[in-house]
Amino acid sequence: MRVRVCVLFALLCGASLSVGARQMEWTQLLSLSGDAWLTLTASRLPRLAALILTGVGLAVCGVILQHIVRNKFVEPGTSGGLDAARLGILASIVLAPGAGTIWRMLFALVFCFAAGLIFLAIIRRIRFKSTVLVPVIGLMYGGLLSAIAEFYAYHNNIMQSMQGWLLGDFSRVVQGSYEIIYLILPIVVLTYVYAHRFTVVGMGEGMAMSLGLNYSATVALGLLLVAITVAATVITVGAIPFVGLVIPNLVALRYGDNLARTLPMVALGGASLLLVCDILGRLIIYPFEVPIGLTAGSMGGVLFLALIIWRHR
Amino acid sequence: MITVHDIHKVYGAKTVLRGVDAHFPSRQLTSLIGPNGAGKTTLLMMIARLMEPTSGEVRIEGRAVAGIRVGEYAKRVATLRQAPDFNLRLTVEEVVAFGRFPYSRGVLTREDQRVIDEAIDFLSLQALRHAYLDELSGGQRQMAFLAMTIAQQTDYLLLDEPLNNLDIKHAVQIMRALRRLCDEHARTVILVVHDINFAASYCDHIVAMKEGAVYCAGSVDEVITESRLGELYGLDFEITHSPRGRLCNYFNPEREAK
Repeated sequence: MRVRVCVLFALLCGASLSVGARQMEWTQLLSLSGDAWLTLTASRLPRLAALILTGVGLAVCGVILQHIVRNKFVEPGTSGGLDAARLGILASIVLAPGAGTIWRMLFALVFCFAAGLIFLAIIRRIRFKSTVLVPVIGLMYGGLLSAIAEFYAYHNNIMQSMQGWLLGDFSRVVQGSYEIIYLILPIVVLTYVYAHRFTVVGMGEGMAMSLGLNYSATVALGLLLVAITVAATVITVGAIPFVGLVIPNLVALRYGDNLARTLPMVALGGASLLLVCDILGRLIIYPFEVPIGLTAGSMGGVLFLALIIWRHR
Repeated sequence: MITVHDIHKVYGAKTVLRGVDAHFPSRQLTSLIGPNGAGKTTLLMMIARLMEPTSGEVRIEGRAVAGIRVGEYAKRVATLRQAPDFNLRLTVEEVVAFGRFPYSRGVLTREDQRVIDEAIDFLSLQALRHAYLDELSGGQRQMAFLAMTIAQQTDYLLLDEPLNNLDIKHAVQIMRALRRLCDEHARTVILVVHDINFAASYCDHIVAMKEGAVYCAGSVDEVITESRLGELYGLDFEITHSPRGRLCNYFNPEREAK
């Protein structure tokens, strides 16, 4: 099974490299120069790297959040994380107009982290938690944050540029504009190192503490990792929903929830789903593109519905 | 030995524990009994360090537990609580392996593996080893969690109502396993239990609580008497002795019996 997923992943990478508005002459590549080479190194490869890293990052984020909140329906998109990151970018544009990408990302990071802490505090105060109630509260909370963002943007006349981060879009990814996404790499490594701890966190505070885990510190670390990933993806490609929800659930159905064992599958799954969505988005109205936020949203939605129906059967 | 000294716990205006002093002897099976709301679970959670007392102190072998680091404490005291909201899809073996977390932090050594196998064998869970928890019955789940706490290899084991929702066969299995842990592995076990007959048949020591204080404590012979239990629960008890042990009968009070 693992081998099959790896092969599928490799095929998707190849497909992603060969699809695009500009037809590439593959034979030209051998000369390591010319048009085809430029297309490959300046646009296709960066795009592939960004796609893979974003997919991996979002899926891993989803799984961490699901363990922290102890709810399978939580991901950055259903817990206010994406909306908070957007609000953060907006704040940075208004407060420090000349600031570079790094600063904007820092703003997004801080907002996302704070929003995560607040969301956890809200969830802890609810006595009668039902599985469905938690993401509903998350969506309401996200709605509130994005309403604030919209008001703020309207007030400052930057509605136009905010639309850009509403929908994830990889067409902007070219050499020189996306490198911040590589931040996801160390995050994923760190998550893997802490995989056992995050699984223990998923057992609940009492059990985690009787196993000798520093619960609050681990939760804070998890939220920080999520905030960095979300901030980096929202800055480079925009918001992409559902990846963090669908992939961890699918993997858990088959391989369980022991993160040390399932994390590689979650990561590969996230990257593959995003590659499929991106290839579809590039082919549907070829040579134009449908933003990936749209394809991922609809594909993820369908997969998610299928998942719920399958689980209840 | 674990001792608790003058423990008070106050939630807002409500006093849950009022000056609890008790001791839990080493290498014995001690049960905390008493009516609902007596503060048994609260006391157990304070010994487990999952709750802070408002005042007073818990000591383990004479040392105040508040000064021991969480990671260190997990090597000395293991706690098993009710976990109805446990929603991780893990196999029995994986759950038991997490009992080694205090030692290995995830990277299992050969020694860890041996302890895990032992814990699984101890509770005869071999057949369920690779089954996912969510496919098991309540009793089997409870056995898996107990195996996890056993794999933690602590001198002290705290269990909060481990027999809740179990059928009588699983309940007996769990109590017999706890008995063997005391007798064969020299562990100290403290549990909250509601079924007075399980406490009377399997325990060495009983701490009876009522309204946030210790009502009486001592050996089974000292505590399990008709007058004491009658006053503790406000029920009419009849205790019969047979070759297979004591039986506390609190059904059909005498005055109403024909």
